[in-house]
Amino acid sequence: MTEKIQFELNGKKVALELDTDQTLLWVIRTELGLTGTKYGCGEGYCGACTVLIDNEAVRSCATKIGEVSGKKVVTIEGLAKGKELHPVQKAFVEHDALQCGYCTPGMIMNAVGLLNQNSNPSKEDIIWGMEDNLCRCGAHNRIVEAIQTAADKMKGSS
Amino acid sequence: MDELKDFKEYLKTHVPDVKRRAFLKWMGGGLYVFFNPGVAFNALGGEGEQRQSVPDDFNAFLRIHEDGTVTCFVGKIDMGQGAITSFPQMVADELDVEYDKVKMVLGDTDLCPWDMGTFGSMSVRILGPSVRAAAAEARGVLLQMAAEKLGVEPEELSVESGVIFNKNNKKQKVTYPELTKGQKIARYMDKKPEVKEYSELRVMGTPKLHQDAVDKVTGKALYSGDIRKPEMVYARIVRPPSHAAKLVSADTSDAEKIEGVEIVKDGDLVAVLHKNPEIADKARKLIKAEFEIEKEKDINNANVFEYLLANAPEGNSNIDKGDLQEGRKQSTSVFENEYHDGYVAHSPMEAHTAMAYMEGDKMIVRAGTQTPFPAKSNIARVLGVEEEKVRVQPPFLGGGFGGKSSHQQAIEAARLAKITKKPVMVDWNRKEEFFYDEFRPAAIIKVNSGIDGNGKITFWDYHVYYAGDRGAETMYNVPHQKRTVYGRGWRAPGIHPFPTGAWRGPGNSTNTFGREVQVDIMAAKASIDPVEFRLKNLTDKRAIDVLEEVAKMADWKPTKSPSGRGFGVSIGFDAGTYVAHIVQIDVNKETGEIKVNKVWCAQEMGFCVNPQGATIQMEGCINMGLGYALKETVEFEGGKVKTNNFDSYEIPRFSWIPEIQTKILDRHEPPQGGGEPAIVCMGAVIANAVYDATGARLYEMAMTPERVLEALKKV
Repeated sequence: MTEKIQFELNGKKVALELDTDQTLLWVIRTELGLTGTKYGCGEGYCGACTVLIDNEAVRSCATKIGEVSGKKVVTIEGLAKGKELHPVQKAFVEHDALQCGYCTPGMIMNAVGLLNQNSNPSKEDIIWGMEDNLCRCGAHNRIVEAIQTAADKMKGSS
Repeated sequence: MDELKDFKEYLKTHVPDVKRRAFLKWMGGGLYVFFNPGVAFNALGGEGEQRQSVPDDFNAFLRIHEDGTVTCFVGKIDMGQGAITSFPQMVADELDVEYDKVKMVLGDTDLCPWDMGTFGSMSVRILGPSVRAAAAEARGVLLQMAAEKLGVEPEELSVESGVIFNKNNKKQKVTYPELTKGQKIARYMDKKPEVKEYSELRVMGTPKLHQDAVDKVTGKALYSGDIRKPEMVYARIVRPPSHAAKLVSADTSDAEKIEGVEIVKDGDLVAVLHKNPEIADKARKLIKAEFEIEKEKDINNANVFEYLLANAPEGNSNIDKGDLQEGRKQSTSVFENEYHDGYVAHSPMEAHTAMAYMEGDKMIVRAGTQTPFPAKSNIARVLGVEEEKVRVQPPFLGGGFGGKSSHQQAIEAARLAKITKKPVMVDWNRKEEFFYDEFRPAAIIKVNSGIDGNGKITFWDYHVYYAGDRGAETMYNVPHQKRTVYGRGWRAPGIHPFPTGAWRGPGNSTNTFGREVQVDIMAAKASIDPVEFRLKNLTDKRAIDVLEEVAKMADWKPTKSPSGRGFGVSIGFDAGTYVAHIVQIDVNKETGEIKVNKVWCAQEMGFCVNPQGATIQMEGCINMGLGYALKETVEFEGGKVKTNNFDSYEIPRFSWIPEIQTKILDRHEPPQGGGEPAIVCMGAVIANAVYDATGARLYEMAMTPERVLEALKKV
């Protein structure tokens, strides 16, 4: 059913008129032209499509666009402030916590969501917080270290 | 693009003057070095069996621009393995320019010279020598030019960061850009290159971060599915329920009622297209397709090995040394075992995707593929056009592991773009990805072997079915041995119920499982520590080096197995590289779950160009290898693939991941492969650790909790 919906995307107001039954993932990738959020499995199992909705990490492939009405959505493109990378992005680069890079946006958004909820995570907290984000290249160890580094930096600066 | 046609023509001819004329016509200024990988490869000591895969024309080139930057064009792609980083390291060193001045153009079939594909850990190993040689040649040319300009002999000159100066008078200098400005110089290298000594290298051998990391963490990196064109439509293709099914008819009338839907019916290709991918999804569901299922093969997860053995092709013995009967006579113990490995999927996080569109009369295909040049040829053949009318331009690739050597999606996109005259995106969903994956084949290894009273291996009678012989080397010093291979390589058309293909280190994980578990069984029977047993039977220096190194890293305490400690060991050989692994695991005897706590891995890969990249590949191999070792099994019934998403197909997760310690041995020998070797031991080393922990032997991968519990019952 076509409806008007409004929400905030990466800090900017968005108003769309569309079928609200569509998924957030594909609206972001097509209507809104932001392709950093990836399709991985389409059923919420892999986390490649993770975005933040009101600061919480959510699977955009399993979220209807109608559900984000009035909310704040942040995608991988909205994380850096200008040229200044977010601490989690910076830590992924420094730790070389990626190979093919396809799961990376989802990993980073999930990690930011995790740190939003727990600014002082233990290694175990990170592992279980990231458990449902899949990486086939096997960059896991470095991803955990990167998130730990980012958590430490973010604590230091706040 | 006519320039490119000239370039192709020019490459076809082998008379330097003709080539030069054609070449100068179309390119901008600078210095160009064209090189012949075959010559460089042979000169720098490549392995015999790989030579055939190296083309013998001038098929890669290096351009030194008038602004001093350097572009290196090669037909390889980067799928995360880091070719985009290690090639510039080579160029920077040999040419004496800054690392960040070197840029790669990878895999574009219009810009890059022909390449068979990116697989087999061959980028650095096979093409690397040529890239180094070309850069070295370019440096020589520039020195010559500088000598003329400065009025000194080339020997009196030295280079730092692209500035050539007189060693005796540093003020007398000239830069690369000053030399190349307004020039068009072409060089064709077909002689033995003079590259630097290992001791002179300063960029190669130092760790470099992924060159593309910032683009990947900001979402800027474009993969095939991210390419956009005006009027682009998403295609959803009608898929069969089984590999044995043929499309008979498709009633698209309901789908056609949806506004904006376009239907294509072209023989076996029936697709709905729509600018909105989710509407295209819905429309596909409305198509009533009828399929005729030919006779399904009577093969499934329960009878797969029985079926494969019953249908095995004739064996081919390709190693036969000594006399097996003589070996048997010398044996105090004889071992006859059979090992199984099931079908395993590649499951890269990015499913097969391609976007195709026409540019004039040329088909442009932005495909995530490991084989852009073969894809181009196949697309041209299917479309019935000249190869020059197709350009495959691969963007970033979201994982391959061998699975993206097949490029069916690129052909589908090109067919649909040609018919509709619109840009068409073919982005497989996860179910399609599992269905069309060319799985690692189910395979069987049979080993008959023996030892004498001193723990020396007396004979080795090795049979491999369907995995091919990569990694089937005996590795150990055995006087009487024979190797029989049933089926060629990892494809056995007509036997498997679906296509099979190359999976990271093809065949090697299966072969290493058979060999290294068998060796472990013999060590246990001889009551000799498994590291000691291996060393006792090895004479290959490189194998001994990695095994001794990993034992040192793990602080290995010799004891006979099972010790209850959960330590396992394995060695392996792949792509010219030797590896040795030790793991420490826990086995939950109630649930059958295996937890791998720590992995130590030593690797000897000749000279290591990018230690950072190689280390990451080792870690990736170890983590990915946990999957086939512990859980990954494709569920199927005949040609029906039942596995269709990550709920039913478990790949490694964060909670599985062990602590990893790696070491690359420092060697000044030609670089060898790094993308695959460290994965090949993962099954064997874990199986051996399970035995050490519990006394239970596992003869089949994946070592699922059910199989562990079964094995425990037999202890």
